[in-house]
Amino acid sequence: MHPASDFAARLDSLFWQIFWWAVGVFVVVEAILIYTIIRFRARPGGERPKPVHGHTGLELGWTIAPALILVAIAIPTIQTIFVVDKPSPEEADLTIEVIGRQWWWEFRYPELGIITANEAHVPVGQTVDLRLRSADVLHSFWVPRLGGKRDLVPGRENFLWFRPDSVGVFWGQCAEYCGTSHALMSLRFVVDDASDFDAWVATNQATAVTASERPASQGRNVFMTNACISCHTIRGTQAQGVLGPDLTHVGSRLTIAAGVLDNNAANLARWIGNPQDVKPGSLMPNMGLTEQQVEQLVAYLQSLR
Amino acid sequence: MAETTVNQATGAHEEGTWSGGVWSWLTTVDHKRIAVLYFVAGFIFLLVAGMEGQMIRLQLAKPESRLLDPDFYNQMFTMHGTTMVFFAGMPLIIAFFNFVVPLQIGARDVAFPRLNAFSFWVFLFAGLFLYASFFFGGAPDGGWFAYMPLTGSQYSPRTGMDFYVLALLLSGVGTIAGGVNFLVTILNLRAPGMGLMRMPLFTWMAFVVSALILLAFPPFTIGLVFMMFDRMFGTLFFNAAAGADPLLWQHLFWVFGHPEVYILVLPAFGVVSDVIPTFSKKPLFGYPVVVFSGILIAFLGFGVWVHHMFSTGLGPIVNAVFGGATMLIAIPTGIKIFNWIATMWGGAIRFKTPMLFAIGLVGTFVIGGLSGVMHSSPPSDLQQTDTYFVVAHFHYVLIGGTVFGLFSGLYYWFPKVTGRMLSEKLGAAHFWLTFLALNVTFFPMHFSGLLGMPRRTFTYAEGLGLETFNLISTIGAFIFTLSFVPLVLALWRAWRRGEPAGPNPWDAATLEWTMSSPPPHYNFAVIPQVESRDSLWHPHIDPGHVPGAGDAEPGGVTPRLQPDPAPEPVHMPNPSFWPLILALGMLVVTIGALIGLRVVIPGVLLMFVGLYGWAFEPVEG
Amino acid sequence: MHGPTSTGIPTRKLGMWTFIGSECMLFGTLISTFLIYRGRNVVGPYPEELLNIPFITVTTFVLLMSSLMMVLALAAVQRGQRVGSMLWLFMTALFGLIFLTGQYIEFSHFVHEGLGLSRNLFSSTFFVLTGTHGAHVAGGVIWLGTLCILSLRGRLPPERAETVEIAGLYWHFVDVVWIVLFTIIYLLQ
Repeated sequence: MHPASDFAARLDSLFWQIFWWAVGVFVVVEAILIYTIIRFRARPGGERPKPVHGHTGLELGWTIAPALILVAIAIPTIQTIFVVDKPSPEEADLTIEVIGRQWWWEFRYPELGIITANEAHVPVGQTVDLRLRSADVLHSFWVPRLGGKRDLVPGRENFLWFRPDSVGVFWGQCAEYCGTSHALMSLRFVVDDASDFDAWVATNQATAVTASERPASQGRNVFMTNACISCHTIRGTQAQGVLGPDLTHVGSRLTIAAGVLDNNAANLARWIGNPQDVKPGSLMPNMGLTEQQVEQLVAYLQSLR
Repeated sequence: MAETTVNQATGAHEEGTWSGGVWSWLTTVDHKRIAVLYFVAGFIFLLVAGMEGQMIRLQLAKPESRLLDPDFYNQMFTMHGTTMVFFAGMPLIIAFFNFVVPLQIGARDVAFPRLNAFSFWVFLFAGLFLYASFFFGGAPDGGWFAYMPLTGSQYSPRTGMDFYVLALLLSGVGTIAGGVNFLVTILNLRAPGMGLMRMPLFTWMAFVVSALILLAFPPFTIGLVFMMFDRMFGTLFFNAAAGADPLLWQHLFWVFGHPEVYILVLPAFGVVSDVIPTFSKKPLFGYPVVVFSGILIAFLGFGVWVHHMFSTGLGPIVNAVFGGATMLIAIPTGIKIFNWIATMWGGAIRFKTPMLFAIGLVGTFVIGGLSGVMHSSPPSDLQQTDTYFVVAHFHYVLIGGTVFGLFSGLYYWFPKVTGRMLSEKLGAAHFWLTFLALNVTFFPMHFSGLLGMPRRTFTYAEGLGLETFNLISTIGAFIFTLSFVPLVLALWRAWRRGEPAGPNPWDAATLEWTMSSPPPHYNFAVIPQVESRDSLWHPHIDPGHVPGAGDAEPGGVTPRLQPDPAPEPVHMPNPSFWPLILALGMLVVTIGALIGLRVVIPGVLLMFVGLYGWAFEPVEG
Repeated sequence: MHGPTSTGIPTRKLGMWTFIGSECMLFGTLISTFLIYRGRNVVGPYPEELLNIPFITVTTFVLLMSSLMMVLALAAVQRGQRVGSMLWLFMTALFGLIFLTGQYIEFSHFVHEGLGLSRNLFSSTFFVLTGTHGAHVAGGVIWLGTLCILSLRGRLPPERAETVEIAGLYWHFVDVVWIVLFTIIYLLQ
């Protein structure tokens, strides 16, 4: 499972402790079972077995032995619970609001003034405090190597915090069934070193670059004159919609459509051309754009770095 | 008119379980025939739900597959789970309760025979109603535990979830009625001398499960009522914007849902606790401990529901308490496993098919039990919950436990039900294929889950390391489908030319083996006087001796047989079609809930016809 | 199928007791939900503005009295007093009916004041909780009415007193549930 945060490491170490107990019990029980059925199989001409009704000592033994193993499991369990279920860390370096929506993730950095979608950047070695909310149905945040699961429950704010300890791109996925395209609601957590993170922050705090060259500038026109703007925000333009992901720096993301497709021209065109094919049930409609318009739009979105 | 039909049916009914026309089946109140009805209907639902599972595996055979439409896939896993739990598992278990319990306690029928028929018809109508959803706008697609608010009218505007709510409400009525019936039957209709601590383990577990049903179903019923009102009348029970807590649904569901797991698995434990002594030729080791551990599992089962909600963020104290309570369940479960092994220890084990499935249960349930312990630790569960790891866990429990137990029971009691033996060769093939299929399908899911594959996803991305495990699981599912071939073949062959069984083909010890196979419709010509737990293994207390019967194996003892026919007239309840009418009325009301008052009102009237017909008809003939 | 039972309790009576046990869980769940959601309304009208305690106290008293009638009815049936049986059964059902009428008046008053079923959490929980109880009372009234007609026709001899006793068990249970509901909804605000 290769944990990459303190949180995941705690879960991992507990998991393996319990796992080896389970393996031990499994081996012992199966060995006794197999021995018994071989040793005591009926043989021709055998005597009728002696009727034994019980043995108090033995029965006490196999009541107490499992109880002791459970105590051995319960102690580290309870220690871990009181760390990982604590509503907030002692000291948080960075707060991120995670908002689950059918079927994508919104990330807000209140301290940094950044809003992005499906791809969060965090600095290595710093404690990240996630505040989890849902805009519609239940979701569950899970980045297997960093942390989770923790459910996003409408009407509540949930908590999850961890300190990533290695640099890399970590895959995550909604883990609570949330409707048609639940399977297509993934995310990326990018753990950067300090300088990369600062650069990312600087880029993402800025408003969108203005596309001046064709075909990106034409694509900008397509975007601003179509219904795109009623759902999407591109900071620094008249696009201020809030239903869909913020696209201010969409060109710099690794993936599109909630981590489903790599972010390249062909995939962008596919997504814009027929969103329902990529993500059935998604709120994004097919805008009925011409092939040329799609091409221009792709160029524009790719320029938003 | 009613009188004459009843009399005709009675005439046919006198001849036994298997004779008589369609009408006699529609009006039967004989627990043995109702058992057959339950079994056949439950088995068909099992096959259908199995096919749905097969479709899930087909879709997941390779990554990014678009074989099934996502909406259809979501319907498949919802219907697979819902059907397996409510319309396959429950009725198959109740089929065994029906056939076995009255025979094991020395009764001529259940306490309320007509209520029993009513339970069956309600269950059948609810199942058919649920499946009608496919033809009216699509099946439910909110998962078998239907978490709000996804399943509310805002996010599931189709009628699918209405079918779910209404079908489960309807079937719940029949289930609760069944719970009352079996609890009272076991408390009140035991033969003289059949003290509680002399009851066979299967009957004991039926008793415990009936109590669980009575206590666990009402909270679920209320949850369903809330959901129905939210969907149909705009109430706010799960509406976060109105101040409600959507987690209420999860609490109500799992207060029921976790005991439901024991409702499904304890009867299997009961079967195994009867089968293992029979085929080891030794009484059950530590009978009182096995009984009390069953009761303890059921009792603890009510205090652990939050372990389905460890990731909802209820805080460290709640999680610690419920995690600890969950771990405790491992102790009585472990006790049962060791007692079964100790029963075999020193015995003379005969590997007949019922015993193969029973040993298979002991061996594989351990895996499900141990992954259960891994889930009971809340932090560890955070990684595992809602992934394929948990899917692996509960399939090991429900197949390695419930299904193996039911198959064991099927091969064990089939000779009693029909008077014919099932083929041992086909039975062994069936066992080994099932055993293989279970492990090939579900063992790899532990790995795909730990690697990060959430459940209920219609696809998964390439390159996450999930491809191989999923492909193996799909191959396993095909073996599963294949495993039904020897079973169906065995049933068919037994039907055509099965070897006659005789009263006690296994040299078993309990009362159901004292009469002919199939039993006469009145079961016991003379209500037996019970002197011990293993009645038929104590011939010295049972002076009536029929030499040769059941003495198939060396060392076997001869049971005292029930005289045939009965020495004096036996009064049995009349067949009745009023339970069917009442159930039909309830079905009409249920359909009316989707259509409107113009259908509800005739339904209510039909219910009154059924109720009053029921209340005023003469009970005995 | 007659003959002594293993527990000594008649089978049908034991069935009713078992059913009542299950019903306790049913009402327990409804009551828990009501309590959990108490005071979490985001819009009015609020319960304290609308609950008419004196009025409900009267209907509660009527329902309690119906339990007394039920006891008298059972005694009359056991003694074979045909007129008494009929009269007391009729009174029990009638008092139940009066209670239901009171509930109807209360419900209409709430709806008239703008507190419909889907107005707020109080109305949702209140209507479903008291409505479920009301449905139980209605079922009881129909049952008792039927018994009353039976006794009118002379079909409730003392040998069939058990039938009346079982109906009585149900009726007393429904009354007890109301006492709990009355306390929780009206008295402990």
